[in-house]
Amino acid sequence: MATSTTGDPSRRKFTINKKYLPYLLSLPALLTCIGILIPFFTAVAYSLQRYRLSQPWAQKYNWGENYINFMTDPSFWNTLKVSMTYAFVTVGVELLLGLGIALLLQKRTRFNNFVSIMLLMPLMTAPALASLMWKLMTNPGFGVLSYFAETIGIEDMRWASDPSTAMLTVVIVDVWVYTPFIMILLLAGLRSLPRQPFEAAELDAVPRLFVFWRITLPMLTPFLLTATLFRVIESIQQFDIIYAMTQGGPGDTLTVFQVEAYLNFFQSTNVGRSAALLMILWAITYFLSNIFIKNWLRLREKARGGA
Amino acid sequence: MQKNSNLENVLRGVAITAIILFFMFPILWIFLMSFQTNETILRVPPSPFFEPTLTNYRSLISGKLEGSTATLEIAFMSNLYNSLFLSVTSVTVGLILGVPAAYAFARLKFRGSEDIAFTLLSFRFAPPLLVLLPLTIYFQQIGLADTYGGLIWVYQLIVLPLILWIVRGYFEDIPADIEYAYRIAGHSFWATFRKIALPLAGPGIAAAGLLAFIFAWNNFIFALVLASADKQPVTVGALAFITASGINYGQIAAGIMLSIAPTFALALYAQRYLVEGLSLGAVKG
Repeated sequence: MATSTTGDPSRRKFTINKKYLPYLLSLPALLTCIGILIPFFTAVAYSLQRYRLSQPWAQKYNWGENYINFMTDPSFWNTLKVSMTYAFVTVGVELLLGLGIALLLQKRTRFNNFVSIMLLMPLMTAPALASLMWKLMTNPGFGVLSYFAETIGIEDMRWASDPSTAMLTVVIVDVWVYTPFIMILLLAGLRSLPRQPFEAAELDAVPRLFVFWRITLPMLTPFLLTATLFRVIESIQQFDIIYAMTQGGPGDTLTVFQVEAYLNFFQSTNVGRSAALLMILWAITYFLSNIFIKNWLRLREKARGGA
Repeated sequence: MQKNSNLENVLRGVAITAIILFFMFPILWIFLMSFQTNETILRVPPSPFFEPTLTNYRSLISGKLEGSTATLEIAFMSNLYNSLFLSVTSVTVGLILGVPAAYAFARLKFRGSEDIAFTLLSFRFAPPLLVLLPLTIYFQQIGLADTYGGLIWVYQLIVLPLILWIVRGYFEDIPADIEYAYRIAGHSFWATFRKIALPLAGPGIAAAGLLAFIFAWNNFIFALVLASADKQPVTVGALAFITASGINYGQIAAGIMLSIAPTFALALYAQRYLVEGLSLGAVKG
């Protein structure tokens, strides 16, 4: 406190136009973003309207009707269920796998660093292109994975085109792309932990499983939480992988929020329903991202101060 | 360290091998596929041994696919060019807009600065379609529909928050005293920003730019919704491939390889900054 009050007057002395400067500097960025806020409010308005692109003359406010209709709309509940399942399964698997890999690669050896850089490649692949790669590998005619499935006794595996395995297929692609994200976050977290508790535990010959549950995991929790929230927010909004793989099909097996909203808008031209769906998705992500940002700030503070 | 038993080392080796196999196999397989003709791709059982050919790459680059019945024109190179153009210009615009703003947020704590910074950050987490769908209607009204300008503006949605938050962190790492000293020596605010702050935050700005480029390059949904065929980047263009008739699988594979090569190269180059960038500065790499 004392230092900041002594620092302030001297600073004021040579920043004459200090008052307007920050606004001036950030104005262009703000204007760009305000341009993005306008469509957001338009979307709010659409969600309260009866609006079909095919019948523009019938556009009028029906207030909450789109939302009330969801209550009795089985396809809405299907969307909610599919999105939740997708987010829950992908993030769950990625978390376990990512943590496992991070623990395996924890020691800073040349080999481990090489492997961790190699594992970044899936993350650098555009998700839509990753879907395309897996589509080539799961093609029933020549796909190498279809062939593998057959050799281990699974006859006629149809991957994304079969309702019973479609979810599995897109989850595999998601896990392939995003596990490295969790892995590198946790790896950085693991390597930043203080050494003393581990050295003390080793001196006392504490069993390693005990060290993991009682020292590693609790100290890693902020990183786990950040990685999890980050991924849940993204995963519940997943569009690229699912759209590129199956466009939400077969049937409505994979109509997650954004895919369903996209199809509503462009295929059934039902703008009102599409916007209402997105508003519900936005509410979910807004809630999650608030928790995330709080946790993220704490971690950021620590990363800056502790480094 | 001597506590590691042999069994444990074996298990560790098996686990790492399995992991590398799972994550590397698709890239390797598509890479191999890109050097094959349909004949060898369609063989049963599939085999990694074949006589490699460059015809897939050659026909993609020349834009003419020699089918069995006719020659097919394909716009893959223009997709690649669109990706490059859209990513480079959006990152440039993002840096021009974002770096001064990041400096303002880092150095000059002004009223509402945190709130504004958070609003900007929250764009990173909102569903993109929420903004995109109304924009399709607006863009038609204001004449931005199907223009590069409109796309570059929308790309700021991903580029700007990333640049703002990473670069802000780098500015905050510079001790303010250096800048005060320079100011006391009689230099203007602008000169201090240009001669002191910018060069010191240079690596951070470069890293943010590279990461933003990767994100822009990999983006799919913006262009899918807003761009027509002649403005499409590779992510959208490649998808049209798989449904087009007369295209060989090897050519799709070659297209994928050409599309992911730039981000791979950049990631290798900027790997030191990846952790920090991907976590928006929450975790130091």
